[in-house]
Amino acid sequence: MASRRDFIRISGLGIGGLAISASGYGIYKNLAGTPIEPSELKVDITRTPTYCEICFWKCAGWVYKNEEGKIWKVIGNNEDQHSNGRFCPRGTGGPGMYYDEDRLKTPLIRTGERGSQTFREASWDEAFDFIAERMKAIAAEYGPECFALLTHGSGGDYFGTLVKAFGSSSIAAPSYAQCRGPREVAFQTTFGEGVGSPERIDIRDTRCLVLIGSHLGENMHNGQVQEMSDAIDKGAAIITVDPRYSIAASKSKFWLPIKPATDIALLLAWIHVLIYEESYDAEYVEKYTFGFEQLKAHVRTMTPEWAYGITTIKPELIRESAREMANASPAVIIHPGRHVTWYGDDTQRLRAVAILNALLGSWGRRGGYYVPEKLTVPSWPHPEFPTPSRSWKDAFPDQYNLAYETLASGICDATVPTLSKACNFKGWIVNGTNLPKTIPDRRKLIEAIQNLELMVVIDTMPMEVTGWADVVLPECTYLERYDSIRVSPHRKPSVALRMPATEPLYDSKPAYWMAKELSKRLGLEEYFSWNSFEEMLDWQFRQIGTSLEEMKKIGVKTFDRSYDDLYFHPGQDMQFFTNTGKIELYSTDLANEGFDPIPVYTPHEEPPDGFYRLNYGRAPMHTFSRTANNPNLTDMMAENAVWINPKVAKIWGIENDQYIYLENQDGIRSTFPVKARVTERIRWDSVFMVHGFGHDNKKLSRAYGKGASDSELISRVHLDPIMGGTGMRGNFVTFKFEPAKKEVES
Amino acid sequence: MRYAMAVDTKKCVGCSDCVVACQTENNVPIGYCRDWVVEVTNGTYPQLEIEIRSERCNQCSNAPCVRCCPTGASHFADGGIVLVTENKCIGCGACINSCPYDARYSHPGGHVDKCTFCVHRIKKGLDPACVATCPTKCMYFGDLDDPNSPVSTVLKNRKFTTLIPEAGTDPQLYFLM
Repeated sequence: MASRRDFIRISGLGIGGLAISASGYGIYKNLAGTPIEPSELKVDITRTPTYCEICFWKCAGWVYKNEEGKIWKVIGNNEDQHSNGRFCPRGTGGPGMYYDEDRLKTPLIRTGERGSQTFREASWDEAFDFIAERMKAIAAEYGPECFALLTHGSGGDYFGTLVKAFGSSSIAAPSYAQCRGPREVAFQTTFGEGVGSPERIDIRDTRCLVLIGSHLGENMHNGQVQEMSDAIDKGAAIITVDPRYSIAASKSKFWLPIKPATDIALLLAWIHVLIYEESYDAEYVEKYTFGFEQLKAHVRTMTPEWAYGITTIKPELIRESAREMANASPAVIIHPGRHVTWYGDDTQRLRAVAILNALLGSWGRRGGYYVPEKLTVPSWPHPEFPTPSRSWKDAFPDQYNLAYETLASGICDATVPTLSKACNFKGWIVNGTNLPKTIPDRRKLIEAIQNLELMVVIDTMPMEVTGWADVVLPECTYLERYDSIRVSPHRKPSVALRMPATEPLYDSKPAYWMAKELSKRLGLEEYFSWNSFEEMLDWQFRQIGTSLEEMKKIGVKTFDRSYDDLYFHPGQDMQFFTNTGKIELYSTDLANEGFDPIPVYTPHEEPPDGFYRLNYGRAPMHTFSRTANNPNLTDMMAENAVWINPKVAKIWGIENDQYIYLENQDGIRSTFPVKARVTERIRWDSVFMVHGFGHDNKKLSRAYGKGASDSELISRVHLDPIMGGTGMRGNFVTFKFEPAKKEVES
Repeated sequence: MRYAMAVDTKKCVGCSDCVVACQTENNVPIGYCRDWVVEVTNGTYPQLEIEIRSERCNQCSNAPCVRCCPTGASHFADGGIVLVTENKCIGCGACINSCPYDARYSHPGGHVDKCTFCVHRIKKGLDPACVATCPTKCMYFGDLDDPNSPVSTVLKNRKFTTLIPEAGTDPQLYFLM
């Protein structure tokens, strides 16, 4: 066997005699700006509790400061179930977000064309007056329903309250229609409940973990990576389905190097094996499920041999991996994934995942899916919200009835005036989400933005999206502010506190303060009737038997479960929140809506000659595009690379580390060149790149022009007809060696 | 007392948290590092293997850097940890060239710098920052003279290797296979 040795240093530039100077920093200074004396012992003078905002996992930890009172490091809180005292590289690199000298520093009001990033500095009063005036004008002319919030992260709470009080219910997070939405709908239609976040999976005690395109370890979902490591220690089998030899694949007993876009065929073949080898959990299926006979008939011909022709996975490998799952049952997890908007039939693929879990009896069982518990924390009292007369949904009559959250892409579509006038959006608040790298099909996004009469962007960093705003409001980082109490479901209910470790730098402010100030100008201050955020937090903490004072000392408080029900009890009678009260292998909801009640495999378009499917994913040291300028994290990974199989590279004459351009099926060429990573770890029919690079905002001094943006190459969207998810993996790229010719303005 | 560290290549996912944690803990300037991650892929698609190693100073018992240091700045401290006394270091770089592991770098402050096993932390009974933060818990630290230390225990129960043993440096950084 020919062997290729592929040796890379993932991180660690400038080692040995190579002195690479620190970009953007005085090299004699560390981040805190203090002279470096490495042997000097650091004393833990103060620590303040926080929970991390670098990603959605929200790990609780402690912020430590140095003798000068400057932020030094962030480490995990041992009591926290999300982190178990261990932060991931992004959380550990949190201080870089605070020290980033490119941060937004003052409110800005646009002076040039939209998208041109030309602004003048403004005072907070001026910025708020400007926003309030336009919001009132929009409400007067079109109705408050034509105002929307697009949000990711903590600030969504306060701007959500503001927008609801204003009279609109159109509040969307791209984390639904651009990410985990299909999974939630699939599990809701099967088990009557979604998966939630953090996912209710019991990796710690599993005997078999099945990952389908989920690259745990590269996506640093902290608690899950920790538990996967525990599971490896305990000898659990990992099965990975991925066209790329992921890190998880390298730790797997079985790696199924699947042809991209054929996952449903594999899942149906696995279901076939479990049913026709009678290795499913018969007792569980009998007691809890609905539609087994229909499912059995449906998959009768979907043998591993049938799937082999579609997936390129050998029948024996399909059988053996199915038997591994059956042997581990019920302590087996077919992982629900997280970013699952791939091909447009994603709800159906995740339905097949849910059905497999049901057949293996893993829902509600140790080592499978546990039953999470979440605390209810009362909201600060406020008047009832007005009832909007219309919402984003009116733009899509009879569509997406199973989508239980608002579609960010739906709001975008409903802003373009060609659609139904029932709710044509005229104003957006965009909080903490860099839409051009989040919403696929940039042309449509820009068209929508150009039709707005007001766009407000709140962020800590200048991003691509800030360039399109009329007003930019600089938020201080999570290390400089209070935020809402973290209340998330887990094995035990818990709460966590984020408090400021230091005063905000520059003229940046917390989002809750912005929302309250805006409420005053809109006559909505009764929705923000607390005098200080501390007063509100203390009141909330006291409702659940603690206090702000106590939380400042402990950071995280974990409560006992109300019942001993982490797993179903043997023989327990269960009522599921579905139409039949059973786990629906045959979905009555989907049948009622006119969709396939049992998943069907449909072939997807193949890449044309000379093109390769564009797959994308995560690196452990970055979150989306938001960390791309963080000095600590760019030091670990400054740019992405496009992974190309050596056989493909040979055809094109592409060398490892050569910079090339990518052009997609619609003739869109990457703005910046990207380094080729010629590696055996990828199939010959697809390429892979880490999402979030190729920033074209020059105000990002470290991230500008580094790598290519997968988002700009995703111009084709495969909509999930069930819930409106935007499938993004039906785009194909080819290689170019020159930048695109500049369009000549006529 | 003999401090040592073991890294489990079966659990490490190469996330680089050890590198970031070291940088922040020890104020290592951006652009430099005391530890780093190496990923080695062998084979051809789809017959592949990956080994990932979090690497740093091997804290060798027979340390060429200590031998070649003209000023005595590089020295053995308690527990066999190799340290550099900054104000004795003239930055000549002899130690950098002598290290088979490429574990030392010229600090912009004019001295040579490297992993200290977080000696300031272990004096307080804490694990080194990399070990304490690793999300996969793939690193084990402790005293080899204590048979019950985490590192002694794991080396008793697992196969392990060291890097470049032919250099004869007697490294105290072990990799579990």
